[in-house]
Amino acid sequence: MTAKKSENFQRPDGRKVDEMRPIKAKVGVIPNADGSAMFSFGDTVAIAAVYGPKKMHPQHLQDVEKGTLRYTYNMMSFSVTERIRPGPSRRSQEISKISQWALEPVVMIHKFPGTVIDVHVSILQANASTRCAGINAAALALAHAGVPMKDMVSSVSIGKLDKQLVVDVSKDEEDWEDGEGATDIPFSMTSDGKITHVQLDGKIDAKQLKEAAKLAREATKKIYEIQKKALKESLEGKDG
Amino acid sequence: METPEITAERIRKYLSEGKRFDGRKPHEYRELKIETGVSNKAEGSARVKLGGTEVIVGVKMDVGTPYPDSQDKGNLIVSTELLPLSSSRFEAGPPSIESIELARIIDRMIRESKYIELEKLCIKKGEKVWNIYIDIYAMNADGNLLDAAGIGAVAALKTAKLPKYDEKEEKVLFGEWGDENVPLKKFTPLSITFHKIDGQFIVDPTQEEEDVSETRVTIGCYDGVISSMQKGDHTTLSIEEFEKILDLSEKIWEDLSSKVNKILKN
Repeated sequence: MTAKKSENFQRPDGRKVDEMRPIKAKVGVIPNADGSAMFSFGDTVAIAAVYGPKKMHPQHLQDVEKGTLRYTYNMMSFSVTERIRPGPSRRSQEISKISQWALEPVVMIHKFPGTVIDVHVSILQANASTRCAGINAAALALAHAGVPMKDMVSSVSIGKLDKQLVVDVSKDEEDWEDGEGATDIPFSMTSDGKITHVQLDGKIDAKQLKEAAKLAREATKKIYEIQKKALKESLEGKDG
Repeated sequence: METPEITAERIRKYLSEGKRFDGRKPHEYRELKIETGVSNKAEGSARVKLGGTEVIVGVKMDVGTPYPDSQDKGNLIVSTELLPLSSSRFEAGPPSIESIELARIIDRMIRESKYIELEKLCIKKGEKVWNIYIDIYAMNADGNLLDAAGIGAVAALKTAKLPKYDEKEEKVLFGEWGDENVPLKKFTPLSITFHKIDGQFIVDPTQEEEDVSETRVTIGCYDGVISSMQKGDHTTLSIEEFEKILDLSEKIWEDLSSKVNKILKN
């Protein structure tokens, strides 16, 4: 399905309503890590590194039935217009948890009891949709690390600007004030279209939210292809 | 998970026949009780009971400086304490991710619905605005703290009065209240949380049911508008399931909000 565009509607950067910003994806960006990746939507750049599965310490945190996926989302202090204090915030802790849940359905942690898989995500440059870029980078890094996965996860934000749905929300769009303002709906999905993560802030009715889910499905299919390509390139190329 | 597997199996088996241990239907809430004015130093307060779950929510206000990105609006600050007195599961110490997430979900339920007219809580643009604190305390955790907290926040706000403010001295006269209510919209925003257990969706889980839940989706809504949403936990949701709970949420909101308003009227 393609998004219908109401007349006179213009995205701040001139994109089509279902057009994402230019995407870059590359694996093997951090040599020390067991797996790593960079993923960007235009100016939003996320870097992910995976360490593990390794023995969980301290021992009392070990789960005897399955491994633990531990996700840390972190914005670099200079990644936004006004410097943010380094270190964890309530926001970053919540995003970490949400991102962990976004990936857990596909990572076969049951194969690794007593271990932890650490996923570290840093946002180098932020222009909205940072959690989505982070999840895309993390999914790539996990695959690159050779962690057994049932599927890939791809993430995208759907926006509603006044009454118009758009794909891949930028900062200018996130701050949209005209009409009904901005609604931000990040989705993460598996390649067969199962939702592993969804959040929403704003104002929308059920009918349009269902349309948003369909747009997310189409966009995540495209992202999935880009992720696959990046992984293949790493096998063919020198690095990775 | 602290609910034994044998109980979990029984919960799933019952649900496959559309039944629950306490005889409720899948989309039925437990008995709701709301008591307001439970703490006389608070600007507004409420005790909410949903079956065995109990939360106390208080609203306090003072005057502070606005955030750089909202120079002419009051500040909303929501926090949660999962008190160790409310369950053997909770421990003292820095806030757990569970309590941070709960506070942030309720924060967005209130904020994104624009329920509080924060622009009316500006005293002097860029300098002085009201801070409005919504503090949520778990008193007895028996599942679905989230929705109980949402009801509690709304009930506390609906009954809150602004403290008197001395404009000449530019200070708050704490402990003295006038007739002025917190400026609120007419509608009643609520958080409605769905839990998926073995392919079935239920609302208002008991602690045991919550332990067995594979995934949850909290929808902040009012009058057919969805203003916030968050999926938590580790299983997937098909697009058809997603659509189903959106449809269910409207009906559930109607029932629950009329119940809340009816109780608050008396």
